[in-house]
Amino acid sequence: MSQLSTRHLLGIKELSETDIRLVLETATNFKEVINRPIKKVPSLRDITIANIFFENSTRTRLSFELAEKRLSADVVNFSSSNSSVKKGETLVDTVNNILAMKVDMVVMRHASPGAPHFLSKNVPANVVNAGDGTHEHPTQALLDAFSMQEKLGDLTGKKIAIIGDILHSRVALSNIFCLQKLGAEVRVCGPVTLIPKYIESLGVKVELDLHKILDWCDVANVLRIQLERQQIKYFPSLREYSLYYGINKKLLDSLNKKIVVMHPGPINRGVELSSDAADSSHSIILDQVENGVAVRMAVLYLLAGAKG
Amino acid sequence: MQKRLVLDQQQIDITLKRFCYQLIENHDDFENTVFLGLQPRGTLLLDKIVALLQEISGVTVPSGYLDATFHRDDFRRRDFPLKANETKIDFLVEGKKVVLIDDVLYKGRSVRAAMDAMIAFGRPQKVELMVLVDRRLTRDYPILPDYYGVKVNTLDSQYVVVEWVAQGNPADAIWITEKVKS
Repeated sequence: MSQLSTRHLLGIKELSETDIRLVLETATNFKEVINRPIKKVPSLRDITIANIFFENSTRTRLSFELAEKRLSADVVNFSSSNSSVKKGETLVDTVNNILAMKVDMVVMRHASPGAPHFLSKNVPANVVNAGDGTHEHPTQALLDAFSMQEKLGDLTGKKIAIIGDILHSRVALSNIFCLQKLGAEVRVCGPVTLIPKYIESLGVKVELDLHKILDWCDVANVLRIQLERQQIKYFPSLREYSLYYGINKKLLDSLNKKIVVMHPGPINRGVELSSDAADSSHSIILDQVENGVAVRMAVLYLLAGAKG
Repeated sequence: MQKRLVLDQQQIDITLKRFCYQLIENHDDFENTVFLGLQPRGTLLLDKIVALLQEISGVTVPSGYLDATFHRDDFRRRDFPLKANETKIDFLVEGKKVVLIDDVLYKGRSVRAAMDAMIAFGRPQKVELMVLVDRRLTRDYPILPDYYGVKVNTLDSQYVVVEWVAQGNPADAIWITEKVKS
């Protein structure tokens, strides 16, 4: 099959294993493209894409914009801070006004979980979720899976640990859905206050001891403490968090195998990951960033590819 | 399904040898020449030509696989997007004489896309086209092969199928078949 089963990318939950494998396979081709002397292909030259970001973003936004430009799409950028949203315009009105300017696809980041789902039901364009609150961040999960696969081969049976602030993380949820569909075993680790109550119902085991989970896993996907989403204190201090859940080079070297360390960024150096660990040979953090462009190119290409 | 044999194993062998001698005539010691096989099926012909040329003249010509899926002009015009294949080129074509190799030349659109894709690897000095089968009078673009195995007259309702032993077929062969009506 060379086509996705959906015309929107709203979350990994809605994708089939075949869809995920198709994206990863197509991304391999695009990774070769972005390493050519001329990194651009004309596939989306008749497509206009609006990047609508209602929340801050550096990496994701740049990555989407580069992916779009390398596919030759026309790109318009919109951020809520300097828009009519501030004057009280609704989400659907804002997007429909953008679409009236003949825009074909919308890449949206929004603070409210489900916002892209709502949008997909109310506008005719293809919608790509670039992160919706604490819900899903599908392209991050796809690029994480792509990076892991690049390093470890097929992920069936591989042991993946997601460590840190699981409660507020859209990356964690999308990663869990994605990795499980690819046959990997996923466990989470973090302070009990940052582990969602329902997590075991997703078939994910919880481990509170960092040393134990590092001994168990092939890959440690380390998440940022999302202070901006925390209305109350979930742990006494960053220093204490770092002592119990921070990963450093000494800890990695003490393991009896070499594990892969990942982080979706931005890193709080010295909190969840020390500089010597982030910059060590265990880390594939910059590969993740490079792969992000290839994976997003694959997603946009496949969504735009269907006739009509 | 009706099926007509165009070339059998022996005729294909003779054609491939002829290709090699034509290439030797035109490219001398191949010092500045590279071969690009067009994905997905031109790569099988490319591999055969590279091996045969090595056998005949002792020269190993740099070669690579070129996929033009992302450069096609029918993207969003097909019911399903085409699945991309691997591009494997570990050299630049800047200033080189490039021989593009494919199995069948039909509308000429794949070759146009391939030339577009090739430019991403530099500006070649010269580009030639080699095809095993040239489907006459079917072209949408003004593209002609420099080397061809056989010219055939076909209808739009027909396929030209090139079978290789390397794909698990009993013998190398070229057939004209009728498209199955759905």
